[in-house]
Amino acid sequence: MAVQTQPQVTTSTPRTAAKPAAGQPWKERWGGLFFVAPFLLLFAVFMIWPIISGLWNSFFNTSLAGVKQEFLGLQNWREMFGDPAVWSSLKNTLVFTAMSTPPLVIIALVMALLANRKGLLGWLLRFSYFAPFVLPATVVTLIWVWIYQPGFGLVNGLLTAGGFAEIDWLNTENRAMLAVVITTVWWTVGFNFLLYLAALQGIPAQVYEAAAIDGANGRQQLFRITLPLLSRTTGLIVVLQLVASLKIFDQIYLMTNGGPNFATRPIIQYIYQNGFTNYRIGYASAISYMFFAVIVVVAVLQFRLFSGRKEAGQ
Amino acid sequence: MLGALALTGCGSLGSRPRVREWNLFGGGDGARLLQIHQQYVAEHPDVDFEAHTLAWGPPFYTKLAMSAAGGRAPEVATLHLSRLKGFSPTTMLDPIPVDLLEEAGVRESDFLPATWNRCIVDGKLYAVPLDQHPFVLYYNTDVCKKAGLLGPDGKIKPVKGVTEFLDMLKAVKETTGKYAASVETTNPWRIWWTLYGQLEGKFFSDDGTRLVLDDAKALEALELMAKLATDGLTPKSSNYAALVAQFTNGDAGLSFNGEWEVTTYQTAKTPFSMAPFPVVYDVPSFAGDSHTFVLPHQANRNKDDTKATIEYIAWILKHSADWAAGGHIPAYQPVAKSQKYLDLKPQAEYRSVAPDVLYDPDGWFSGSGAQLENEAGAAFSGVFSGQATPKAALAQFKAATQKLLDTPSPV
Repeated sequence: MAVQTQPQVTTSTPRTAAKPAAGQPWKERWGGLFFVAPFLLLFAVFMIWPIISGLWNSFFNTSLAGVKQEFLGLQNWREMFGDPAVWSSLKNTLVFTAMSTPPLVIIALVMALLANRKGLLGWLLRFSYFAPFVLPATVVTLIWVWIYQPGFGLVNGLLTAGGFAEIDWLNTENRAMLAVVITTVWWTVGFNFLLYLAALQGIPAQVYEAAAIDGANGRQQLFRITLPLLSRTTGLIVVLQLVASLKIFDQIYLMTNGGPNFATRPIIQYIYQNGFTNYRIGYASAISYMFFAVIVVVAVLQFRLFSGRKEAGQ
Repeated sequence: MLGALALTGCGSLGSRPRVREWNLFGGGDGARLLQIHQQYVAEHPDVDFEAHTLAWGPPFYTKLAMSAAGGRAPEVATLHLSRLKGFSPTTMLDPIPVDLLEEAGVRESDFLPATWNRCIVDGKLYAVPLDQHPFVLYYNTDVCKKAGLLGPDGKIKPVKGVTEFLDMLKAVKETTGKYAASVETTNPWRIWWTLYGQLEGKFFSDDGTRLVLDDAKALEALELMAKLATDGLTPKSSNYAALVAQFTNGDAGLSFNGEWEVTTYQTAKTPFSMAPFPVVYDVPSFAGDSHTFVLPHQANRNKDDTKATIEYIAWILKHSADWAAGGHIPAYQPVAKSQKYLDLKPQAEYRSVAPDVLYDPDGWFSGSGAQLENEAGAAFSGVFSGQATPKAALAQFKAATQKLLDTPSPV
């Protein structure tokens, strides 16, 4: 199916793409603008404007309480660099990202390879792998908080049945983050799994057929055909996952509220605390901008690595 | 269909005064409030009344602050009295029209002076107190009877001093075989503030600019908390849900908590009663707070709506015996002295502590659910779990408090 539709797309794109380059009348260009106008308007109001006003606020002592604001210059920024809570919560976010991204990519791939089959078993696997993803964050965390509960929780029940000591997962400083990561993997791996599965199903069957005729065994097919053909999808998944993991807030806020002793508080929660709980929008804006810079750096690094690899491949 | 549209159109055009309330009562007390609201609505068909319950603590205050900052707040909201000064009353609240309140039959003399005076900021009344809710002692009557702690009247015998307090806990632990008392170790602000208050410890200097914490007293309270956990008298780690569960399932024969779980334990058919928290140290002092009604700031406040709102507040105060059934001590003295309230058991058993309720320190970062309590929770939970020594926990808490003091106030 996918193979049959592809040629049509490739033949039709150059034709339409060639026209505007040859000098399109202004009228038609305006027509295009009208089509994107609704999106541009929303984008400007809800993205561009908040980004500008956030930068503006970071130089003021803007308060949610509505008291008169004064220009502070770089005072918020200076405070931020001297605030250990900023750096410890940024570290927590990065630790979460480093811990959650590899399993969310690798497990998704393994699950996709297992579920890429026809019949009832394939259906059942696809269904059960993806099912947790449709649950809202509140439900997921509620379930897992009970699973981790000492005394009567499922995990500790299994541990004690196996002869191990109980662990108070969410209240122990060096276990809480791991617990959140496990929950997150269970909850969101289904999305990456779906992307991998779609990519797997897009690999033409002829390629495997040809490989089989040439005498390649399953292992060789996996490493020489499947994985290389999935590399673009892997790149996409890693980027999406890094960004999603850096944005961690919901699960931690609901499961540990950043505790115990702030050991899991992510940077977004610290921004939220300053901006909304403590009304300090100006200071929160400064931290947001610093975090924005971190995300840009990560994205650029990832882009460099990814595009470099592609060139080497070619 | 057309008729229905016309009807709703009429309502929203404001032919009836509108009273919208935002409150933060999600627990057993929220269920009581709902019943009280039903009665109010039935008796006031002329008022367009709407109540919304939002999640307790920071989520509630964040939303309330945003709505007030935008000038489009509901007519009335609940607010912890300890947070009043930190809520920037001059910009985010509208003063209560005292004349309207008096017209509705509620006067200053109807409240304890200490409570009423806290509602005044810069000479204006910004809040009307509904209740007081201290930290109290819950006890399982079956367990305590077996442990020989009940007097001939069937009530727990009051204990005084550290030794008697620990003896009582040991006797309960022997009876339950597990814990003596359940306590929220993940946020132990209330127990620490109670013990520190009983040692007559000060927190801020009188002008509120310096931290004047008494290290010796603060440590004494923390060391007692550490001892409770290491001796197995309380759990080393339990969150709020576990605190409730341990008392209902009998793992703990006592519970140290605010008085708002009455309904929960009555529903669970736990054999229990309540008493003031023991005076473990020198003076009676019990961490607590008051729920109040405030008028969040509206850019265009409507006279009729405000009048109806004040009448609503007065009506609730006069019916606060029903509210007290959920555990809170009525702030409105005509009700607090009424037979209907005095007959409530166990809710009237601890009413004597009302004058000794110890509010959180004054500060824009302080009050129920605010940052100071979070910092204390983060630092002191380690004392129960054993992950931090009392000394280290105190140092961490003092540093965090100092940092908050040094932060320029946003209000």
